Amino acid sequence: MQQATGAGVSAPDAPLVALTDARVHFGAVRALDGVSLTISPGECLGLIGHNGAGKSTAVNVINGGLTPTGGQVRYLLADGRDGSGLADAQACGIRSVFQELSLCPNLTVLESLRVIHRDLTGIGWRKVAQGRIAKALAEIFPGHQIEPGMTVGELTLAERQMVEIAAGFSDGRMPARLVILDEPTSSLDAAIARQLLSHINTFCAKGGAVIFISHMLGEVFDVATRIDVMKDGRIIASKPTSEFTQQGLIDAMGHVAAEKSAARAPGSAKTELGEEILKTPEGLSARKGEIVGLAGLAGHGQAEALARFYMSRSGKLGQVKQPEVAFVAGDRGRDGVMPIWSILRNLTLTHLPSLTNRGLVDRDGERRLAADWRSRIGIRTDNMDNLILSLSGGNQQKVLFARALASSAPIVVMDDPMRGVDVGTKQEAYQLIRNEAAGGRSFLWYSTETEEVCQCDRVFVFRNGRISAELTGDNINEENILAASFEMQGVGT
Amino acid sequence: MNGKYRILLPVLSLAFLLAAVFYLQPRAMSYFGLNLLFNLAVPIALATIAQMMIMMVNDIDLSIGTFVSFVACVTATFLHDTPVLGVAILLAAILAYAGLGALIHIRQLPAIVVTLGMSFVWGGLAVLLLPSPGGTAPVWIRSLMTVKPPLVPMAVVACVLIAGISHFLIMRSSTGTLLRAVGGNAQAVARSGWSVAKLKAGAYALAGFFGVLSGVCLVGLTTSADANIALRYTLLSIAGVILGGGEFTGGKISPVGAVIGALTLALAGSFLSFMRLSPDWQIGAQGAILILVLAVRLLFSRRNRKWKEAAQNG
Repeated sequence: MQQATGAGVSAPDAPLVALTDARVHFGAVRALDGVSLTISPGECLGLIGHNGAGKSTAVNVINGGLTPTGGQVRYLLADGRDGSGLADAQACGIRSVFQELSLCPNLTVLESLRVIHRDLTGIGWRKVAQGRIAKALAEIFPGHQIEPGMTVGELTLAERQMVEIAAGFSDGRMPARLVILDEPTSSLDAAIARQLLSHINTFCAKGGAVIFISHMLGEVFDVATRIDVMKDGRIIASKPTSEFTQQGLIDAMGHVAAEKSAARAPGSAKTELGEEILKTPEGLSARKGEIVGLAGLAGHGQAEALARFYMSRSGKLGQVKQPEVAFVAGDRGRDGVMPIWSILRNLTLTHLPSLTNRGLVDRDGERRLAADWRSRIGIRTDNMDNLILSLSGGNQQKVLFARALASSAPIVVMDDPMRGVDVGTKQEAYQLIRNEAAGGRSFLWYSTETEEVCQCDRVFVFRNGRISAELTGDNINEENILAASFEMQGVGT
Repeated sequence: MNGKYRILLPVLSLAFLLAAVFYLQPRAMSYFGLNLLFNLAVPIALATIAQMMIMMVNDIDLSIGTFVSFVACVTATFLHDTPVLGVAILLAAILAYAGLGALIHIRQLPAIVVTLGMSFVWGGLAVLLLPSPGGTAPVWIRSLMTVKPPLVPMAVVACVLIAGISHFLIMRSSTGTLLRAVGGNAQAVARSGWSVAKLKAGAYALAGFFGVLSGVCLVGLTTSADANIALRYTLLSIAGVILGGGEFTGGKISPVGAVIGALTLALAGSFLSFMRLSPDWQIGAQGAILILVLAVRLLFSRRNRKWKEAAQNG
């Protein structure tokens, strides 16, 4: 455990936040079912659990956004008083960085700070905001390319996430004392994620506290001093990090996830691959039944290459009954789900042309198709007519997988589809993809996570918008991918 | 980069139209000519700013035309006869706008329906006030609208002032930033502890305020009012905002662009008169100009956006 070095006048080990038997019930749903936890200065609490375990609810209770239906939340204010509620949470210096990006795309980076910092008013507020965000960005992500005057909507996803994290740690009228990071690294590449992790360590060493939520267990082990495991709205294990092992954590979460893709035997599958069915001018190629990975640091042209390929094979006028390419979105909110549609409608969307009968949708056929895929990939809902947003992130992603796979398209393009998806769902998805590939489908899979890239038969590593390496078989490993992503980087910049 | 295109296109279309008008009618290139060209654009610009406030928070106001007509009727009657009562009525109208904003947010009503309904309310009130065209403009507004500043005509000065003030209010001030944030991501604003209902009420109140200014200015120019005097402002203001680089959703707006958009629309009318186009065809031709400009804008932004968004994940 780290020694707190004192923040404010309070006793160093008095907890900043104390939850006592907090409960949140939405009707019959018990999102939080009696959680007690404390966070003291200097602590970094790793909070893990699969999607729907209640982490987000816990976060909203801790930051004051949600009033628990039972139990208590107390904050220790800087002047030693005790408080509760949203205003006191803010006065206590509790900041949250949410999983779904919560910036306003029409504002500039410095203007975004105005939304979170209430004291930014009056003449000269822009200068103050600019100073704060620039300082925080430089501190956490040295070498970043973000100007405070840039519009958020024009930043890449990774840059937006960096801005949000920096805003969470930035100076304000009340300095940040507890920063809650919900999946902060989901769209960051490894190098930037590392910068964040080391900043968390320094922040905690100076007496700050952090709640770190991530599906990447390696990161949690790197930064957390204590790990709490959540399941079904409760904390089922809470121990110092040193007493956990990765396998122990996964077991505790209740998912039996294989350590590594044991089922895949590299090389053996290769003989079954068919003829080349895809070749792009920039050098991407895929054969029938092959899983092709696009790797490299985030923002080096992978998503662009996928989009270019996809656009070149689709988007023609007129209805296509047999699409050549299907697409699985990673940024669900932006190019995945139809937020006000039901799960059923979302699932059958791309399949509608073949479900059409004399210009009308064949309702029964639609239901059969949806029911079939629901059981095939295990979408956890009792009614496919529920709104898509009633599902957890992982299950929404399953719907998107089903939407793409239900089509007859021989090629499936996947744009970092496992972003923010829990370990168990990931394993199911890997299995699904392997089965489909064995059935003759080809996959183009962009991923920011090395573990996923290692599932592929062939990997193209991107650097600065071009393919810098093509790896196959046993050559697909973390070292080779990293080498190809970083090579020349020192010389170039 | 996108932000720069956003303002470039309205400026170019205005310059193009202006050049065309000057070519057709060189005498318009004078103090008097410019004032005549842009005179009636001042109330349109104010109404466009009002519309922009609503579009800023992802709503749309279908009642702005009848609201301006109503204000014009109040100005030509109460504000002239009993100024105190007139001011009170106009303040109440602004409050009503604020109330509508809060109502729309709290009840989650579609703004398009509520404002469509309100357009009948304002229109009805206007007819009650002035069943037939008439009334008198208060002397002070009449003299304000006909003032002759040196070098640059009043209409141009007024438009620059409107653009400057609304730009400062919306784009630079901290409150304006917060209002735009509501359009960008209302959920994030709410999560940071702000009351979105209050912010929306504020945006609607600003719209009401600029709507009132529009009506008062209009009467200053026309000297009398009519219950149907500004009906076409509803569509003109929406078109002006869009022409000026604004968008229907996402809080993407530009006050300077909106004023320029309003000027362009006003100029389009004059341009067609100079072309000796029969008035029967003018509305259609105005629409054609609008479509043309928007098509150019689409070409500008489309390629840009498509690849940007595609690359965003990377």
